[in-house]
Amino acid sequence: MKTVFKYLLPFKLKISAGLTVKIIGTVVELFLPYILSHILKNVVVEQSVTKILFWGALMIICALTACFCNIWANRMAAKVSRTFSENVRRDLFDKTLRLSSKKIDEFTVPSLESRITTDTYHVHNFVGMIQRMGVRAPILLLGGVAITLIMDSFLALAMIVVLPLIFVSVFFISKNGTPLYTKVQKSVDKLIRIVREDIQGIRVIKALSKNEYEHKRFDASNKSLVKEETKAGTVMNSVNPIMTLLMNVGIVAVIALSANRVANHQSDPETVIAFMQYFTQISMSMMFISRMFVMYTKCAASAGRIAEVLNCESEITINSKKEYPDIKTDSHIVFSNVSFGYNSGFMNVKNINFELKKGGSLGIIGATGSGKSTVIKLLLRFYDITEGAIYIDGEDIRTLSPEVLYKKFGTAMQYDFIYNDTILENIRFGREISEESVLNAAETAQAADFIKSFPDGFNHMLSQNGTNISGGQKQRMLISRALAAKPEILILDDSSSALDYKTDANLRKALAENLTDTTLVTVAQRVSSVKDCDLILVLEQGEIIGAGSHEYLLENCTEYKEISESQMGGAFVE
Amino acid sequence: MNRGPMSMGRGKIGGPQYQKLDKKTTGQIIKRLGGYILKSWPLFLCAILLTFVSNHLALMGPMYSGSAIDAITGDGGVNFAMVGENIAKMLICYIVSAVMSYILSLLMIRISQRIIYTMRRQVFEKLTSLPVNYFDTNATGDIISRISYDIDTVNATLSQDLVQIMTSIYTLLGSLIFMWQISPPMIIVFAITVPISILFTRYRSKKVRPLFQARSRKLGQLNGYAEEMLSGCRTIKAYNREEEIGKRFNGRNSDAMDAYLDAEYYGAAMGPTVNFINNLSISLVMILGGILFMYSSSGAVKVGSIFFITLGGIAEFVQYSRKFAGPINEFANVLHEFQSAFSAAERVFRVIDEPSEPIDSPKAITLNSTNGKVELNNVTFGYTPEKTVLQGISVLAESGKTVAIVGPTGTGKTTIINLLMRFYDANSGVITVDDNNIQNITRSSLRRAYTMVLQDTWLFHGTIYENIVYGREMASPDEVKAAAKMARIDTYIESLPDGYNTVLSDDGVNISKGQRQLITIARAMLADNSMLILDEATSNVDSRTEIKIQQAMNELMKDRTCFVIAHRLSTIQNADLILVIQDGKITEQGTHTELMQSGGFYSTLYNSQFS
Repeated sequence: MKTVFKYLLPFKLKISAGLTVKIIGTVVELFLPYILSHILKNVVVEQSVTKILFWGALMIICALTACFCNIWANRMAAKVSRTFSENVRRDLFDKTLRLSSKKIDEFTVPSLESRITTDTYHVHNFVGMIQRMGVRAPILLLGGVAITLIMDSFLALAMIVVLPLIFVSVFFISKNGTPLYTKVQKSVDKLIRIVREDIQGIRVIKALSKNEYEHKRFDASNKSLVKEETKAGTVMNSVNPIMTLLMNVGIVAVIALSANRVANHQSDPETVIAFMQYFTQISMSMMFISRMFVMYTKCAASAGRIAEVLNCESEITINSKKEYPDIKTDSHIVFSNVSFGYNSGFMNVKNINFELKKGGSLGIIGATGSGKSTVIKLLLRFYDITEGAIYIDGEDIRTLSPEVLYKKFGTAMQYDFIYNDTILENIRFGREISEESVLNAAETAQAADFIKSFPDGFNHMLSQNGTNISGGQKQRMLISRALAAKPEILILDDSSSALDYKTDANLRKALAENLTDTTLVTVAQRVSSVKDCDLILVLEQGEIIGAGSHEYLLENCTEYKEISESQMGGAFVE
Repeated sequence: MNRGPMSMGRGKIGGPQYQKLDKKTTGQIIKRLGGYILKSWPLFLCAILLTFVSNHLALMGPMYSGSAIDAITGDGGVNFAMVGENIAKMLICYIVSAVMSYILSLLMIRISQRIIYTMRRQVFEKLTSLPVNYFDTNATGDIISRISYDIDTVNATLSQDLVQIMTSIYTLLGSLIFMWQISPPMIIVFAITVPISILFTRYRSKKVRPLFQARSRKLGQLNGYAEEMLSGCRTIKAYNREEEIGKRFNGRNSDAMDAYLDAEYYGAAMGPTVNFINNLSISLVMILGGILFMYSSSGAVKVGSIFFITLGGIAEFVQYSRKFAGPINEFANVLHEFQSAFSAAERVFRVIDEPSEPIDSPKAITLNSTNGKVELNNVTFGYTPEKTVLQGISVLAESGKTVAIVGPTGTGKTTIINLLMRFYDANSGVITVDDNNIQNITRSSLRRAYTMVLQDTWLFHGTIYENIVYGREMASPDEVKAAAKMARIDTYIESLPDGYNTVLSDDGVNISKGQRQLITIARAMLADNSMLILDEATSNVDSRTEIKIQQAMNELMKDRTCFVIAHRLSTIQNADLILVIQDGKITEQGTHTELMQSGGFYSTLYNSQFS
């Protein structure tokens, strides 16, 4: 809560001004019932229409003042919470993007998403509401109680007894109701999951004539949703009747008690009328306050989740050359005894050693889970290695700033990121790259033809995740992105798996011709994608079990041979 | 309940923005929704009765309180008997009214849950009967939002707004009548406040509501952008684009917050204005009431005159004037909710009204067992009239033979499968199974004659056992295990802690793509039909699983007529017939050896892998 509310500090003055005005507006409103009873009790006796008009006009002035003060304060509050949540959201997003991969794994992407969307929304709403109602409700409550105590303390006490009941019932019902709605949401998710599954599997369902079966499956989930919703509704719908009843019982109590007091001349009926007004106001405020408590728990949880991200120390550290000294080498990339585990105790890759010349090519092959992609992630310093060192041009990558390090790379990963924007922008990816370079990159990546076949060419809009182009087209677009800035090192992590042999071969030919200075690292499942590399590493369970050229491995590495044979014709056509 | 002056509809972020329907459609929708309600007419009748009675009792309360105050202020001192009587009446009214209104809300939950249960069922059952075409042309997200978000909107209106509007009308008229009985001249106060209320309400729906809609739209877009970018956070890192993306996000963030401020700026007037109108009417009541009371208590106005008023009368009047103001402010909101609900219902009904797959002709025969001879004769087809996907396709697949379909993506390979299974019907030409035109075979029996293994493995949330037995519900556990064994997945399944009872979920056990594929093959084994449709996967599975999949598929293909969209050289080379499809036409046809000799597209393609 603290971290997030620090964001409110710059608005101290504005908030105080807003609250002061709000207080004025609210206090003025509290006078109304008092004037009302004053008119009935004291003014009417004077038999003067002018005086009644005077006091009536005063009431209207009070009402107007209250109205304007409240509007002004609400607007002020809106301005504050606008900038407040813009800042929180901005910092949170920035921080999230800069989290280390390890931290991202810990938080998980969906959770980070909901922190940016749902949690900021809750906090924002709360900050807005607390400024509008957070002052008004307590003042109406306390002011009301104070005035009634002054007017007739005995009657006021009768009324005050009812207040805790209102608080307790509203607070507890809302609190118990919330988990019920979580259950409803779970049931909804289940129902939606079935619908989604069936839409995706409609062909299978039709092929097997499974309509009846699916109807039953859906019906069960439909029924359980009805049950949960009914349960939640049954609890939550009790708030209003209870609240209204308590309020009215309070009024009845006031009247009942006043009868005796009026008879004893301790009170008067005009006071009772004012009390009825105050009591409505007070109990409404009480209800608001109880709701605010419920909202507060929600908001505190959200603020906590936001603070967790904001406070986490995870930016990449740039280490000193003293700690990680340079080495003398003419190789472009050097892996020296590299080991790494995502979790302590288990090494996902072990003792990786290799050297790669500038302009050379490296192929990494192995089964899923053999650690191929991990090697790439280490080279990109998504994770810091547990043992050993990785050098680029003799410099330990831990001593390079992200700007320097990432400028060297062009990366295309397997399920890589395509966003809702034009092809041009997806290739540029927010970098300043001339259209000519983009075109060249697309040509090398064998993407130019399909891009030009769109009526709007490079300005063709891609949908989120590129669902409006085929898998092979996506991969070629991603390779174009990797090539566009003419990187020193090009990394293709399983990024041509959807290409047919012919396109794949053309791609490799174009890469060899156009990027003579670029060091190429290819990760693949297909032997054909790596067979021309200068050096091929065969990985199994995080270890290198074979290293050398295609021909060498065919003779000396049985695993490599096995893979190679099983894949004959593996992707004959796209 | 009153959503209060600040709420501008239930609009969740990101839900569809409903357009107002025209009068005629609205009429039809109301009629249709009415039909659903009438099915529970006894409950609904109770609900109406409860609404009136509970609101009437709530309206009686202030009247008794007025009488009680009058009994206190009476000329002969406090009339305790009268006070007691009125207090008792008040208590009873309030208690009974509260209990009744709670029962009413329970009743409305029952009714609306019954209705939306039926609606959901109707939509779902319709979905399973729709032609495949519907799912190819409508976005999944949109279909889902109809069965969830839209039906929810209808539900909210049925369970809350319906009662709300009845309550509003009853309270409005009721309190007006009560006020008339207390003091007709004082009604004149509302000649001032009601027009202000109406003007204010109009301002709200014309000016402020669109701003709030824009606000939730912008926020939805912002959230969408954040989610999209986060899904690419690794790539952003690899290209060091954090700053640029952060800047772009903040541009949208600023926009969304501007929209928020815009809406709030005008919205800020809502609560205070409603309060003001309320206070104004009380002030006016006090001025007018004060004057009348002054003359009444001085005796200038006699008892029985319409200008006569007591202290209790004023107390009553103040309470009724509060009750009276509420519904006016609520009206516009509730009407808006109704409009949204009608639009939502319209979207739901549109699904329910979609034409199902045409029913089989009465003469259609049921295929019980097949030899598996399949013939396509000059078949032409297009998904849209403008674009032909397949043209003049003629193929003969003899019983037990394998036909491999080969060709570049988007040339109509999967379309052939769609036609064989009658997911779509050919525009011209004839397809026969065992010399029966498939148009004369019932769809379900035709489809059941095939076993289908598609590239996108389809498994549902359930146990492995349930997923395999899906192929043939009557199969015994032993048969299921035998199928798993033939699919070479039995050892893996048994190695899992829960074995066949392992639940397949998105977040549960980490089951690989290859293993998922083996499970669908096991399902196909169990189905055991004489014809097979196979879409070979190019998916990334490691070589050992790959070998297993190949073995399992070979097992599956034994003695069956197979149509294979082929990617593996071994499958293609062993096929009895290879069809090369390019631009919707069969350009080459024959065995591997024949095609290699003819030196066409096939041989170029084949040789390219060795280049």
